[in-house]
Amino acid sequence: MYKKKECVVMLLAGGQGSRLHELTEKTAKPSVSFGGKYKIIDFPLSNCTNSNLDTVGVLTQYQPLYLNDYIGTGLPWDLDRTFGGVKILPPYQRQTGSDWYKGTANAIWQNMEFIRRYNPEYVLILSGDHIYKMDYSKMISFHKKKKANCTIAVIDVPLEEASRFGIMSADEEGKIYKFTEKPKNPDSTKASMGIYVFDRETLERYLESDARDPESSNDFGKDVIPAMLKGGEKLYAYQFEGYWRDVGTIDSLWSANMDLLGEKPLFDLQNETSRIYSRQYSSTPQFIGDSAKIVNSTITAGCEILGTVENSVIGHEVKIREGAVVKNSVIMDNVIIKEGALVDYAIVDSDVTIGKGAMVGKGGGPENITVVGANTIIKEKEVWGDRK
Amino acid sequence: MKVAGLIFSNIHDGCIPEMTHFRTMASIPFGCRYRLIDFALSNMVNSGITNVGIITHYNYRSLLDHIGTGKDWDLSRRSGGIKIISPYVTAFENQVSGKMYENRLEAIVGASSFIKRCGADYIVMSDCDVILNIDLNEVVEDHINSGAYITLVTKKLKSSLLTTEKNMKVVKIGENNRVLDIVNYKKGQRDINVNTNIMVISRFDLEELISDVLSHSYRDLTDDLFLKKLKKKLFRAWCYDGWYDYISSLESYFKVSMKLLTPEAREGLFYSGGRRIYTKLRNSAPVKYSSGAMVKNSLIADGCTIEGCVENSILFRGVHVGKGSVVRNSILLQDTFVSNDADINCTIADKNVVIKDSRRLSGHDTMPFFITKGTVV
Repeated sequence: MYKKKECVVMLLAGGQGSRLHELTEKTAKPSVSFGGKYKIIDFPLSNCTNSNLDTVGVLTQYQPLYLNDYIGTGLPWDLDRTFGGVKILPPYQRQTGSDWYKGTANAIWQNMEFIRRYNPEYVLILSGDHIYKMDYSKMISFHKKKKANCTIAVIDVPLEEASRFGIMSADEEGKIYKFTEKPKNPDSTKASMGIYVFDRETLERYLESDARDPESSNDFGKDVIPAMLKGGEKLYAYQFEGYWRDVGTIDSLWSANMDLLGEKPLFDLQNETSRIYSRQYSSTPQFIGDSAKIVNSTITAGCEILGTVENSVIGHEVKIREGAVVKNSVIMDNVIIKEGALVDYAIVDSDVTIGKGAMVGKGGGPENITVVGANTIIKEKEVWGDRK
Repeated sequence: MKVAGLIFSNIHDGCIPEMTHFRTMASIPFGCRYRLIDFALSNMVNSGITNVGIITHYNYRSLLDHIGTGKDWDLSRRSGGIKIISPYVTAFENQVSGKMYENRLEAIVGASSFIKRCGADYIVMSDCDVILNIDLNEVVEDHINSGAYITLVTKKLKSSLLTTEKNMKVVKIGENNRVLDIVNYKKGQRDINVNTNIMVISRFDLEELISDVLSHSYRDLTDDLFLKKLKKKLFRAWCYDGWYDYISSLESYFKVSMKLLTPEAREGLFYSGGRRIYTKLRNSAPVKYSSGAMVKNSLIADGCTIEGCVENSILFRGVHVGKGSVVRNSILLQDTFVSNDADINCTIADKNVVIKDSRRLSGHDTMPFFITKGTVV
């Protein structure tokens, strides 16, 4: 058998996502629900499939149980292949000792053996916590054309927000001459999207020296990229135009969900081209009752809606009973919202029951989103408001 | 004890020619996201029967497309799984009638090699058009314990509840659930036990039956075989008391589909005993309702976009209802596109129908208006 792949994808999915509070208590950030029927990791995985990349290593570390189960054999993304396909890569014990993944660069370094098995020319590194659609094959072509050692995808961000990102300064050709992680006074608006294409050989060289450096925090943004710039390697910025959101905080997760709504949504999942795949379940069709009122919302299979839903994103098998009102909210799977309850400006995680007449997030706003953690039971008439 | 399943996919194609023109009875879309065969298949899977033969006859491209590898029913197996038994035409001629099989009996004969090789002790046979959710384990267990030759699953119906009468066989049941006679349904009969066409027989008996058929050139399973053997062997009825429906015409398809809008039907069909109905999964986005959407008492599948008004209707995957359009009492199959300001009532639109701006279409609830696959109105 021909044992070679041109490009191997490494997907960093070990992030705890502590700024998502209750939502990541029992699961890693990449397996948090998004848009009703998706998980965050569906986006990079589907992008791989749609870019014709079929060898993906998923690096897990924090609470991997759900994520392992979700990815399974990779069938939903057409990544169950006899050679290649999707593989879960947890930290493991070696003869010389064992280590957790210390940083993004260290995680890749510990799995060099996996990459070598496919003898690739290029390694594409992705992170599992962004919402976007991108054709990676175009970025790889750009990398080849520029004969770069490393290409970093960048997106223009507003100048006032630039200090939250890793900022690249590049010349007209796209060649990067300066990189600063979270600069105080940014001189460019090109923010790194955490997507890197590396030459396999260059990557290996720099990861090895990074691993030997005891001072290093083993992070791509903080250590490896600056070291490569210093070493005079050819780094290029690949300009991405389109929708891209970091959903690392409650507010950003909520507002990215809201971007799916409206007549001309900022991010369109209905579009048939470059579809996002997800693990499907055999749910019944959704039933919309006589007393229901639905305005500007998306609703997923298995739901039974008898109440009012406005400007909201509703997951699988959600029951909204008569007289209940859900507004401006993100409701994940298997939630029951009983008669007369009100949910406003909230993110409700899966398997929650909200009792009759209870109030969740009343008087909230886009800057004040209430979170209800998984498996919570909110009692009749309880007022659940303050954000923790 | 091993059990294998056998499903007849074309058996009543003639009942609903409008929809079987392009497909088998088994692959008629039903209930937003299902096809009729999903019920027979899911019943088998939910009862632990993982070796299933599907007998096809003609027009079965849509069925093959739907079944695929059987993965969505968890029937993509190294041993067992789904076997499609395609029409059996030899280079010489069919052993029974010299052409492809025309009835159930010939179909069984055509499946004889599947039956021989399936390695099962008992065979459950089912039609593809029975809409019910049943635990077949109980039937098989009862069959074994009673020592019956054949066990038929029957359903007691009040004649006033019948949505259909065509092809209906009435089973007369005596003491200890013994089948006394099987007769055609006559108008006006009350409280009848109908044959659901689900039956259990041991593999040994089925093989013997096949050789019997071959040596006598019998033509009809019920008339020629069952009725002859009724007196000598024990035919037993197993009375099913869950949700049951049966489709025999376009009108009954419409009526039976509309029943899904009641909670009893959904509970009885989709959730009974915790048994789910599986179907081919399609990657569609969640349903999107715009600001102008108005939806009442409807079942809607994923992938739809609703900008208009939908009432008492069943929308399959990927249907679009444009601004100002009103869809009432209708069944719109996969990827129907309704443009703006149209008014649709009591209509069944087959797959990929396009209804342009401001069209007014209406049937009557006793006589739905049918639009064939791919038509542009």
